[in-house]
Amino acid sequence: MTVTTSKSAYALGLQDGFPFIIAVIPFAVLFGVVATEAGLDLLQVLSFSVVVIAGAAQFTALQLMIEEAPTLIILVTALAVNLRMAMYSASLTPYLGDAPLLTRAFVSYFLVDQSYACSIVRFEENPEWSTATRVSYFFGAITLVCPMWYVMTVVGALIGTSLPEWLALDFAVPITFLALIAPMLRTIPHLAAAVTSIVLALVFAFLPYNLGLLIAAVSAMAIGAELERRT
Amino acid sequence: MIADDGLVWTVIFALGAGSFLIRFSFLGIVGRRPLPEWLLRHLRYTAVAVLPGLVAPLIFWPEATGGELDPARLLAAGFTVILGLLTRNILAAIMGGLSTLYIVQIALRLI
Repeated sequence: MTVTTSKSAYALGLQDGFPFIIAVIPFAVLFGVVATEAGLDLLQVLSFSVVVIAGAAQFTALQLMIEEAPTLIILVTALAVNLRMAMYSASLTPYLGDAPLLTRAFVSYFLVDQSYACSIVRFEENPEWSTATRVSYFFGAITLVCPMWYVMTVVGALIGTSLPEWLALDFAVPITFLALIAPMLRTIPHLAAAVTSIVLALVFAFLPYNLGLLIAAVSAMAIGAELERRT
Repeated sequence: MIADDGLVWTVIFALGAGSFLIRFSFLGIVGRRPLPEWLLRHLRYTAVAVLPGLVAPLIFWPEATGGELDPARLLAAGFTVILGLLTRNILAAIMGGLSTLYIVQIALRLI
């Protein structure tokens, strides 16, 4: 599919973002349920999803609040879970850096795993895209995912029970990311980076503050970059 | 139960502000200034360096099974990767992976 205009880029983003709602819906419902059970009211549950807009960090903060951890620990731990997004931000900067500041601020707000992952694939595939086209694509990709995140947390808070366990929807999140990662493994450096990431994330999983993932990610980037330099 | 309303709102807004600043870091501050080649070379591997590590523990030690290895989930994960590699169609890979999970779960229950 050749995309030349911003409008068709937006449509392509919309299409690429669609599969993610399969995972976002159950994850958001679950957050709504768990947060309500923990004693948050509807406004707080919705605000959580709208203001923070980061599933894993929201669950982390909620869990620590339930455990009555000190406020500073709650914030540091949940923010550490989101540190990977600084890498996403850096990775998108060569593509979106010359967009207007306000646009970059909105992109930043909506920068989640899903929007980053599909954007970086398309931006690499289509180096001829203008910044405006890339911005349109990005907003297409979040159009379904992010509002669905807000709405479904409220639905979860209202219904108050999780989706049936046999659906195993906890696994929808890893499945959607695996489906997305697989086509990215197109060169030896990419494959080596992915394997490094998996092995080190498992080895260092015991570290607090999600540090294991950060060590795994930085090491994997170094491996990928070094192999690329040598070839 | 979390009884402290003030705490909840503090966490929501502080976490929201912090998360935004993390996301805005490079996009906001670096902007159009060119990044050095060595850094760009590393950044090209961001997606394959972060996402596999993010999902690996969810696949090998799923919370739903109490952190136990689950053959149904492992097979489903493997099949999703194979489908993703072969078809390069994300939706097909997701559907194939979830179907595998259900089929294996039902089969294991029948045995």
